[in-house]
Amino acid sequence: MRAWACYHYELIGYRRTWKGSVFSQFIVPVLFMLSIGLGVGTYVDRGGALGAVDYVSYLAPGLLVSTAMQLAVGESTFPVFSNFEWSRYYYAMQATPVRVRDVLGGLLGFLLTRVLVGAGAFLLVMAVFGAVHSPWLLGTLPVAGLVGLACAGPAIAFAARVTSAANFSLMFRFVLIPLSLFSGVFFPVERLPGWLEPLAYVSPLWHAVELSRQFAFGAFTNAASWHAAYLLVWLVAGWFLAHSSFTRRLQK
Amino acid sequence: MLTMVAQAKRASALFERNVVVYKRLPWNIVSGFFEPVLYLFSIGIGVGALVSGTFTVDGEPMSYALFVAPAMMAQSAMSGAMIESAFNLFGKMRYQKLYDAFLATPVGPNEIAWGELSFALARGGAYSAAFLVVMAVMDLTTSWWAVLALPGALLIGLAFGGLGMAIATFLRSWQDFDYVTGIMYVMFLFSGTFAPIALFPAWAQWLVQVTPLYHGVELLRGLTTGQVGPGLIGHAVYLAALAAIGLTIASRRMGKLLLK
Amino acid sequence: MALITARGLQKRFGDLTAVKGIDVQVEPGEAFGFLGPNGAGKSSTMKMIGCVSPRTAGELSILGLDPATHAAEIKARLGVVPQTDNLDVELSVLENLTVYARFFGISRAEARRRALELLEFVQLTERANDRVEPLSGGMKRRLTIARALINEPEIVLLDEPTTGLDPQARHLVWERLFRLKQRGVTLVLTTHYMDEAEQLCDRLVVMDGGKIVAEGSPRELIERHSTREVVELRFSLNEMDELGSIAEKLDGIAQRIETLPDRLLLYAADGDAAIAEVHARGVVPASVLARRSTLEDVFLHITGRTLVD
Repeated sequence: MRAWACYHYELIGYRRTWKGSVFSQFIVPVLFMLSIGLGVGTYVDRGGALGAVDYVSYLAPGLLVSTAMQLAVGESTFPVFSNFEWSRYYYAMQATPVRVRDVLGGLLGFLLTRVLVGAGAFLLVMAVFGAVHSPWLLGTLPVAGLVGLACAGPAIAFAARVTSAANFSLMFRFVLIPLSLFSGVFFPVERLPGWLEPLAYVSPLWHAVELSRQFAFGAFTNAASWHAAYLLVWLVAGWFLAHSSFTRRLQK
Repeated sequence: MLTMVAQAKRASALFERNVVVYKRLPWNIVSGFFEPVLYLFSIGIGVGALVSGTFTVDGEPMSYALFVAPAMMAQSAMSGAMIESAFNLFGKMRYQKLYDAFLATPVGPNEIAWGELSFALARGGAYSAAFLVVMAVMDLTTSWWAVLALPGALLIGLAFGGLGMAIATFLRSWQDFDYVTGIMYVMFLFSGTFAPIALFPAWAQWLVQVTPLYHGVELLRGLTTGQVGPGLIGHAVYLAALAAIGLTIASRRMGKLLLK
Repeated sequence: MALITARGLQKRFGDLTAVKGIDVQVEPGEAFGFLGPNGAGKSSTMKMIGCVSPRTAGELSILGLDPATHAAEIKARLGVVPQTDNLDVELSVLENLTVYARFFGISRAEARRRALELLEFVQLTERANDRVEPLSGGMKRRLTIARALINEPEIVLLDEPTTGLDPQARHLVWERLFRLKQRGVTLVLTTHYMDEAEQLCDRLVVMDGGKIVAEGSPRELIERHSTREVVELRFSLNEMDELGSIAEKLDGIAQRIETLPDRLLLYAADGDAAIAEVHARGVVPASVLARRSTLEDVFLHITGRTLVD
């Protein structure tokens, strides 16, 4: 139940800052739907490049998991770093019976809550945009949670290792933004140049996008379980990576 | 005249200071160049392939990448100027108290403002020049007018630099900056960047035309596609006026804030 | 000619009047102190002299120039050590000096030469290429002082130069400031440490509530507002409530007797004589201490013992 206390701690902190997060977590994806989905989508649909699927319906499940990833990674960087470097709260926790796994468990639980609430709200937006095609759509929620946690692990490990917050803007620019732009959210990865395509298959976001899209249309392929398995591997590996980085930093 | 030279020298000392700082953080400088390029590749070319043959502007078919590229250039000129002149200036003024140290020297508030602005312009100008080269290599510039896109981008930087400084003098905390980032994001998505504003309802078109990034996008797009007309002068005048207003407010407010 | 002259100098922030019309004159080569509790108006005065805070009323002349019209010219000849260090944390120790020098229009080569010399002077040569953040409080203070000297100023303004430093660091700073004074640099400092004022200042003013309430050399002030010596008498716990009546019994022994919650202070020219008289009157304190009067006695006498924070 010590993890539960850590979860509670995160929630209390969020009570002070939730207003600011509404914009990035909720309004930004809606704006993307309007600008790219409806704007550019008008021309995509005119040519029928995606067959019977309209562009908004194509884009929405991808944006859903992409937002989940960005939220989870964003909340695992500055806030974690701050608790090590500025407020040093993790060191204060260390003086209590709380163990590293409790802190991590509480943090991941908190992230999962946030991702699910955001994704749930986004499903309502999709309904407004007429992008609901199957009851399986609800299955996108666990996919969002899964990709969020799968990417949070490595991000927490990174935040526990760096010594300067300047590293985060580099990570956002060189890792997070490219991931969100080239993982099949906006266009099929088959259209990437040949040498880039395999890289997209490494990206956990691509697997989440594929899985999320299959749930959105209720049409599954044999690859579905492989996508889920790949994300689970990231989740488990991320946990151990985060755990060891966390432990090492606390011993310093 | 002699005092102006002295002032320029003092402002350039501030410029030098930023150069010394960033020499140590080369990747932070370089990374700023990649963002618009990544968007160009993803949306301009990736999504562009999905609309090839169907994308039109004013009824005329057009390559989507050709349409998006100048918008990315304008957006990067905007955000580059805003980061230096609004965000960094605010941090140095309110949190690091850096300017208090500089003001103990012959440097005055106006010279601080000019020093920071000129650095923001140089940084933004370097990004714009590099991006223009990328566009030329990818065959996304169709006329020699495109050369003028560089001064065009500097004008955008000047306008947002002045605006950003003025804003920085009014804000109280980093939380307030969330609103600034939010507005920048909305402009980024709807200033005729990814789709022509003719698609929007009339009220939204009117709203977009009031905001500055739209004029920056239209100015650069006209130049890189070679569709040069008197309208471009209108866009340039709008940006120049914004720069003048922003800088006037900023220099008055900086003096008041720093010399209490 | 005086380097700094103020007449009727005032500073108002909205409804608050921080400086209520003061007259000050600082002569070349002297070390001049502003002494006072927090909120006395010392820092506001220093900022007006430093040309970073326009005066509300009165006259102010620095190096014969008016700060309202010649700020840049004056600042070129001043060195400023602010109350809290505002070093550039994005630069190294050495760069903090060389970059700062450029604001004075000093050439790069000359800036480097002076910076290395100053690092030597403040004993930071070994840390030249380190970042500023990991430095100790005393080191940061010394670096700030070095920075204030980069333009070879005629006047150095120091706002509470040793507040927050440990004893070793304070003494090192004092020693460096003393050397500057020997070189003929005019020092103007604020402090609320009496020992600092006694150590460094040739002349000082005591400020309280925005006004100057006393002026003179440390010795003059002690002579005028205190006695040569002070005897501190402490009593056992059960006598604590009777301090008032004990004081009455001792009446006439000293020039002045002050009753504090835990002890009696006897202000007298000859401490030992006073102690002998105390014993002669049959008063037996738990402990007795005779010491020389300090600025602290003057200060507390003038500004009162109430806490002003």
